[in-house]
Amino acid sequence: MYGRKVKLRFLFVVLILITLILTTFLVLKSLEENVVYFQSPSEIKALSELDKKKIRVGGMVKKDSILINSNEVKFIITDFKNEINVSYTGAIPNLFEEGKGVVAEGFLKDRNFFSASKILAKHDENYMPPEVKQALGEK
Amino acid sequence: MFKLFHPNKIFQITSKAPKYVLFLFVVVLSVGLTEALILSPEDYKQSDAVRIMYVHVPAAWISLGIFSSITFLSISGFIFKNKNFFLIAKSLAPSGFVFNIIALVTGSIWGKPTWGTWWAWDARITSMLILALFYAMYLISWRIYESEEKVFKITTLITILGIVNVPIIKYSVDWWNTLHQPASINILSKSSIHSSMLFPLLIMTAAFALFSLLIFLMKYNTELIKVKNKGLDRL
Repeated sequence: MYGRKVKLRFLFVVLILITLILTTFLVLKSLEENVVYFQSPSEIKALSELDKKKIRVGGMVKKDSILINSNEVKFIITDFKNEINVSYTGAIPNLFEEGKGVVAEGFLKDRNFFSASKILAKHDENYMPPEVKQALGEK
Repeated sequence: MFKLFHPNKIFQITSKAPKYVLFLFVVVLSVGLTEALILSPEDYKQSDAVRIMYVHVPAAWISLGIFSSITFLSISGFIFKNKNFFLIAKSLAPSGFVFNIIALVTGSIWGKPTWGTWWAWDARITSMLILALFYAMYLISWRIYESEEKVFKITTLITILGIVNVPIIKYSVDWWNTLHQPASINILSKSSIHSSMLFPLLIMTAAFALFSLLIFLMKYNTELIKVKNKGLDRL
């Protein structure tokens, strides 16, 4: 129904697309370490050697783990399998709370201690009015 | 079907439709903004900052949708050697670019009070910035090449390169650890956004879609006038 040229142009576009998708996939796969914004405590535990570079650790702030001492904040980041202790001095984002997501940027002292130079609160995908949250909490 | 592409007939529509679309846009936008800024509840966690989402999310959706459309149109135009597809794609692109920028800027404004930073090089945000760069390349290439043949080929290539990025934007939050939260609205499973917040979001999406349609009709109208001025009665 269509001419030969039309079919060839179609094939041409399909080939470009397949090549691009495969290339992108391979590049992203090999760069995975750099594409992720943060590592979880379990991934830190599994590190074969400690990095001297600045890294980011993310997870949940463990319940009842926040200790505020003058202007130093200490808390524990957990992914419910492994934990890491974080100490931090500086401004805290409004949404930083126990039981909520957090990303800390800084340096590893060892596999259990992390010294953060910046803290970001991670927001989750749940959006609801306060009344609904309360109702959910009472259940 | 190709009879429909007779420019005189389309011209009749594109020259009259904008005023009706503009009226509809103003109505839907007023309803949407009233819902989003006044009637909808504040979020339990981020309180009023949630209202930025009613602009941010629709803008991001529409910029992705328009990029996918211009890719489809450019590839179709390239395969079937149809100039009209390219003109439609060209007329769609500006509003997609504008919404892309709006999504980035509102995201940044939202990020400061919630995350504690204006900008993060995480996968979602970076891939969205790359989309904006592809939009910019697309728009610029229409201006720098004189020969139509060349423009058609170059813009098609740019959209093909750019479209690979679109699924990366969509799934970046699922594939990798990102600062950006995963999607709240899922077609197949239950959405994690309360219905009182979903409603204004959908109205705002409709309003932005109407805005894109309005800009598209005006741009496309101009393109048709250019075609007519060249004394061609068909595309």
